[in-house]
Amino acid sequence: MHTLLEDSPGKEMLLLGNEAIARGAIEAGIGLASSYPGTPSSEIPDTFFSLYQEAGFYFEYSTNEKVAFEVAAGAAVSGVRSMVTMKHVGMNVASDALMTVAYVGVNAGMVVINADDPSLFSSQNEQDNRYYSRLSGLPMLEPVNAQEMKEMTVAAFDISEQLKLPVIIRTTTRLNHLRGAVKFGPKREINPKGFFKKDPFHYVTIPAVSRNLHKELVKKYDQALELSENSEYNQIIGNGAWGIVTNGVSMNYVQDAVKDLGIGEKITILRLGFSYPIPERLIEKFLRTVEKVLVIEELEPVMENEIRSIAQSKEIGIPIKGKGVGLFTRLYEYDPRIVRQTIATYFGLSDSSPVMVDSSEIPALPGRPPNLCAGCPHRAMYYAVKQVYGTEAIYPTDIGCYTLGVLPPLSMADIGLCMGGSVGSACGLAAATDQKIVAFIGDSTFFHAGIPALINAVHNKHNFTLVILDNGTTAMTGHQPHPGVDTAPMGVDTKTLSIESVVRGLGVEHVEVVNPLQVKKAIAAARAAKEFEGLSVIISKELCPLFAKVVKKARKVRPFYVDQDKCKKHMDCINLLACPAMYLDKGRTMIDESLCIGCAVCAQVCPENAILPLKK
Amino acid sequence: METKRLVLVGVGGQGNILASRLVGEACVAAGIPAVVSEIHGMAQRGGIVETDVVIGDATSPIVSEGEADVLIGFEPSETLRSLNKCNENTVVITNVKPLPPFTVAIGQGTYPDIDEALALIKARVRSLISLNGDELAEKAGNLLSLNMVMLGALIGSGVIPLGEGALKETIAKSTKQAFLESNLKAFDLGLSAARAG
Repeated sequence: MHTLLEDSPGKEMLLLGNEAIARGAIEAGIGLASSYPGTPSSEIPDTFFSLYQEAGFYFEYSTNEKVAFEVAAGAAVSGVRSMVTMKHVGMNVASDALMTVAYVGVNAGMVVINADDPSLFSSQNEQDNRYYSRLSGLPMLEPVNAQEMKEMTVAAFDISEQLKLPVIIRTTTRLNHLRGAVKFGPKREINPKGFFKKDPFHYVTIPAVSRNLHKELVKKYDQALELSENSEYNQIIGNGAWGIVTNGVSMNYVQDAVKDLGIGEKITILRLGFSYPIPERLIEKFLRTVEKVLVIEELEPVMENEIRSIAQSKEIGIPIKGKGVGLFTRLYEYDPRIVRQTIATYFGLSDSSPVMVDSSEIPALPGRPPNLCAGCPHRAMYYAVKQVYGTEAIYPTDIGCYTLGVLPPLSMADIGLCMGGSVGSACGLAAATDQKIVAFIGDSTFFHAGIPALINAVHNKHNFTLVILDNGTTAMTGHQPHPGVDTAPMGVDTKTLSIESVVRGLGVEHVEVVNPLQVKKAIAAARAAKEFEGLSVIISKELCPLFAKVVKKARKVRPFYVDQDKCKKHMDCINLLACPAMYLDKGRTMIDESLCIGCAVCAQVCPENAILPLKK
Repeated sequence: METKRLVLVGVGGQGNILASRLVGEACVAAGIPAVVSEIHGMAQRGGIVETDVVIGDATSPIVSEGEADVLIGFEPSETLRSLNKCNENTVVITNVKPLPPFTVAIGQGTYPDIDEALALIKARVRSLISLNGDELAEKAGNLLSLNMVMLGALIGSGVIPLGEGALKETIAKSTKQAFLESNLKAFDLGLSAARAG
């Protein structure tokens, strides 16, 4: 039995925050879960994927977050407890569904996991999705540690059923990816089947229906507010004259700072875990017991502004500060030191933080940015396209490992926005310029949001080339399947879609499928696409070598070496490919045998044929 | 309970995520509060991987600049890069085997001289334990057991309140059985190297 399925209340385990959420869903008797993976949320669906069949609930990786949201909503209106998980920018995709599911409501608990990414560890922006609760009217919970990530998940299902509304749990990267002790609770029975009772004048949101539904949503706000006022997750701790308001992971920094500074007696902490609706009465009570307030929240001044507004309406005139004090800004995540030092600044204390070592004499170190792996087929396709289109063409890119093609010496990315954005922006670039355009998109991203944009390109007759980098998996987020992946080896029964058939079905006239590791053929495909007047698509098809290893389809590794007698030091291999398996040793080009996977691309690029397979 | 803040830094694939998880699990098994922080996703593609372990009476999952009690570097230039995590009381444990990033090959930077790097670190912290972790891992029979060597060195340094036995039990429970023998051997080699100074 999977450890997370054990019916062993009281058992304590060190769990990843995301595993704690998955365990919470299991304890709550979840019947359906759906997701599109995205860092830092991916280990939640991955955990579900590893155990859902054994547990007896339904799980799917959906095509995108909007679809995933609708799938979960479909279950929840049918009386089945459901969960949908996504990263913060996924919520943008899902938001169309979110806004109206809030009107329609649910008949069984529906929990939305939203993972924000302050400091942009693996994202294109650091938007603060607490605003989505304000926008949609849906309650929001914010846990502080692994134990709460599990507990709050269970509680969120109950709150959702009380209010008949989906409930959003908002986490941040540091919570998703921490490991902490989690005590198991009892498991509720899993019930994967419900019944949809027809009620079209509730569920079909024509204006006449939605006018009433909006009224009900506003009424539910009052009910949700009462729950928030009395929630155990909204606590006033201590009775000092100095007030601190905090949420999420920052609560830990505050607790540690108060201890480090030895000011426990002087502080009152208001911790907001049921953070929307914001508990007005509780806040008023807190404001009336303290002399001044520091609001400690990462990213936007959401609580700060709302608390200030409550103070104004209650005619409470004490100072309430947050952003702009000490080291607090709207940028990036906080940490224990930032919080400790800013508390010290605001309350006029001397800071006891240890002094960082003097690093002025440390030499400049070579960068170590993330990079395409040795043998990555994306590198080979980038090389082929660059040989044909050069540096003048515009290269719109998309979200995935291949975004790393932006780094020199490949330098094969000029604009990258969002999922599917390469194709859409290529349409506009084609309409607004006379420059050559080659857009790049991954296979999973193509299914996620590339298809509507490609339809647009076909219909509106935009002239560019789209390269679909099909490596047979969702690589960046941890090798999840997508609609083009045969999941039979994973023991899952799904239908596999052919990207080529989809592209041809959309009416693209020039389509070519090529293995990018065959360099001449890949260059020929790029040349043919360039010569074709109109929209062309190249499908660059080769399995991600990391994934190939996992599914045991890896080619036999036969590493290559550089024959130093033949090498004339053109350095094309290093300067044009920059494969991490290659390095220089006293001016000689070398290949690290332990990293080379024998893709042979460098051997085809070498003008002297000096790169050869090692003889066994 | 005294708080101990650990920073483990390495390059994607060197196994510091597993090492930090094992420390966390050993603490939980021994009834010592611990919280671990990991970085997943884009940062792992051949880039720098930092994990933090906070043991004892603190709940923050991450370690700020200047606040590490122990810095464990799996690659010497990365140890040097993470020196900003240290203060004059930090104990630094580092592998000395270089793994130059590809930027060096394409002429975008110079890899530091190892002896100079070690001297720079040594002059700024309480103590420095340096060892050739890759060599010890090879001696243990598995190149991939570098993380076990580094764990052994951590326990050998005596800085954290965890005994040799507690960590070995966790290794036995939470790592692949096929590698158990070489893992334990690698752990022992790291432990002895650290104790020998």
